[in-house]
Amino acid sequence: MSDHHAEGRYTTDTALRVKAIESLLIEKNLLDPKAIERIVDLYENKIGPRNGARVVAKAWTDPTYKKWLLEDGTKAIASLGYSGVQGEDMVVVENTATVHNVLVCTLCSCYPWPTLGLPPNWYKEAPYRSRVVIDPRGVLKEFGVSIPSGVEVRVWDSNADLRYMVLPMRPAGTEGMSEEQLADLVTRDSMIGVGFPATVASAA
Amino acid sequence: MNGIHDLGGKQGFGKINILQDEPIFRAEWERRMFAMFILTFAGGFFNVDKFRFAVENMDPVHYLTSPYYEHWLHALEQFAEEHGVLAPGELDAKVAELKKEAA
Repeated sequence: MSDHHAEGRYTTDTALRVKAIESLLIEKNLLDPKAIERIVDLYENKIGPRNGARVVAKAWTDPTYKKWLLEDGTKAIASLGYSGVQGEDMVVVENTATVHNVLVCTLCSCYPWPTLGLPPNWYKEAPYRSRVVIDPRGVLKEFGVSIPSGVEVRVWDSNADLRYMVLPMRPAGTEGMSEEQLADLVTRDSMIGVGFPATVASAA
Repeated sequence: MNGIHDLGGKQGFGKINILQDEPIFRAEWERRMFAMFILTFAGGFFNVDKFRFAVENMDPVHYLTSPYYEHWLHALEQFAEEHGVLAPGELDAKVAELKKEAA
């Protein structure tokens, strides 16, 4: 991994500096090394886009839930057990035949952790943050997503208090599928707006 | 605050580096930096606004060329000094010590 270009050129020194600050905080009894392992496990293995996928699948199958989700995203999402840091105030924006929504945080890296986990690196880097607000269709093309000219593209800029999540359109040909099967079609990118849910054929 | 972090609409940053199946943390130091930050945040060491202000005060070149979690390191160092948890120069001394051990 050390030659991974996206890690940046400060990596070796940075790694040492991180180790140094960690050692000092542990020596001063301000940090519990076991807690570090627990936090890492939580965000590597337990909190991730599968949470958001369950929210989406429920909205696709339960019109009452969907209405609630769009009216009060925070509460509707919390009712499924997903809340907490970086998800305190959630707004869900719905993709339709006439509107496609995309999320960004131009100022930093705000992202709905409880439903989507930690953001991908491109979401936190300059090219996406700078350009998606002035050329969303061009950016979407880089992701392989082409939005017809008749469909309006809306870009939502997150902030430190408010986080967005996209409710993608339910793919055709999924009638009769269970909520669980539908959740398997929902991709992380489709909930950011830079992708679509998997189709039944591609998921099979 | 206006500054380099306010990237919306700026031009010339090139293509988006889209990686499929990218790991959540790309290196062990990112893993540990993330967790340390969450724990010190939960412990009341700083809040979101203080964090943002610290990152927004980074040197613009450093901000744009460093990996993301290095921004967090920058902020944590600043808070540790502000709170008197780390004396000035203490972290550099520890880095030198670890370097010597590794050599």
